[in-house]
Amino acid sequence: MSVLKVEELYRTFNNGKKAFYPLNFQVEKQEIIGILGTSGCGKSTLLRVLAGLDMGYEGVIRVDREVHRGTHEKVGFVFQEPRLMPWLTVEENVAFGLKGKDKLSKANKFLELVCLEEYRKHYPKQLSGGMAQRVAIARALVTSPEILLLDEPFSALDAFTKMTLQDLLLDLWRKCKSTMVLVTHDIDEALYLCDRLFILRGQPGELVKELVIDTQRPRQRGDLHLAELKAEVIEQLQLQPEWQI
Amino acid sequence: MSELNTNTSKVEKISLWLRIIKRVDILKKIALGIIVPLLLVIIWQTLSNFGLIPSYLLPSPSTVVSTLIKLANTGELFTHAGITTYRVLVGFAFGSALAIILGSITGYYRVVYQVLDPLIQALRAIPSLAWVPLFILWFGIGEGSKVIMIAVGVFFPVYLNWVTGIKGVDKKYVEVGILYHFTAIKTIRKILFPAALPSLLTGLRSGLGLGWMFVVAAELMGTSKGLGYLMVLGENNSAPELILGSIILFAILGKITDGILVYIERRVLHWQNSFGEENGNVSS
Repeated sequence: MSVLKVEELYRTFNNGKKAFYPLNFQVEKQEIIGILGTSGCGKSTLLRVLAGLDMGYEGVIRVDREVHRGTHEKVGFVFQEPRLMPWLTVEENVAFGLKGKDKLSKANKFLELVCLEEYRKHYPKQLSGGMAQRVAIARALVTSPEILLLDEPFSALDAFTKMTLQDLLLDLWRKCKSTMVLVTHDIDEALYLCDRLFILRGQPGELVKELVIDTQRPRQRGDLHLAELKAEVIEQLQLQPEWQI
Repeated sequence: MSELNTNTSKVEKISLWLRIIKRVDILKKIALGIIVPLLLVIIWQTLSNFGLIPSYLLPSPSTVVSTLIKLANTGELFTHAGITTYRVLVGFAFGSALAIILGSITGYYRVVYQVLDPLIQALRAIPSLAWVPLFILWFGIGEGSKVIMIAVGVFFPVYLNWVTGIKGVDKKYVEVGILYHFTAIKTIRKILFPAALPSLLTGLRSGLGLGWMFVVAAELMGTSKGLGYLMVLGENNSAPELILGSIILFAILGKITDGILVYIERRVLHWQNSFGEENGNVSS
């Protein structure tokens, strides 16, 4: 059963330029979908459209088969940067979108999931980049969304933190049983995490290839099959410096 | 065991020394700041003692202080200072409350901003003291017109800083609210208000400064109580020590009220990670 379905979806900016060509795809329950593309292909715009943050789109988005426009309580979002409220403590940040009396205790449960329960009384300025992003992930998960959208969530982190957070994300995915759509420009990350990969190319972006990654989890980062897929992805992206075009 | 004990006592000794050094540091700061004013007062007093400054123009510091003490003994001082402070605080409360409410609306709703802001900017261009004759005509020279005058003076800096603060809030934070279906009120309360709080406090501080300025103007235009009245009294009776005493009281009261705002500012803005901060990491 598809939890998210997109029909003839496209986005035109005010100046008449398209962000991406009409897209059609669907996301099954508990899948991890990667959207991979070079910069400027509209992948972040696509994710903002799916989240309901960008309303200037044409086409149809179905969440749980129902046509929907705008933000949806079943859809969570992790931004590229943590976007924590600097005036709130870590636990208050996680509870930011919650209502009711027990919101702090619920927030603390999710802080435990990202192993930051010790830091619940700290302020964002006291956290490292990786810790802040973990808090942001906890904040996105605390409302128990069915679909979690992630916009290059680890791109600002160093290589080691990135790898631990990727494993953490998989761990959360297993525990929370959520569906994930991950926008990234990191091919290794996409291959390590995703079940299916949509490759966007060009400006405006066009869905040129859908790649199924059937390697069993836990995957090895040095897996040979993944390396073969990586070669294919690079070929599909047609990476070439602009001055040669 | 004994080694451990001597170690802990060493640690205690060191921390005690650190505390003393810190206190000495603060004292040093105060001492450095006080040198020039103290020198000036001493020079002033000496010149007065030798009769080099005519006392009907500039009485000696000791005369000013003794006048203040005399007034304090009769209790008059506290009545005058009290009523002046009261006027400032009431005017400040009304002016800043109106500025905060109106600023929240114009800051949040673009249309309201486009409709109202040109008018407010035009009103701002009028020097606030120019309203004095009109207010006297409308409200008489009673308490009402004084408080309104002060409120007008307070309103503009608070409004301006507040709206600029709201407009400058990073859209990234607002988007987080959009994700959680925040209503307009909730967005203002939970995102815009705290994010714009630093500039609101700046506005409140300059508003309070203007409030003190306007209370002088308001009291000079006619009253039977207040520090402004004392100044008029001093002028009419050729008693400069009364004027100087009032000026000193204004300085003290202004500094105290500003100090309260600074204290509040430090308390509520502790989350800021700013350049001017002394301790980078404040552990909670």
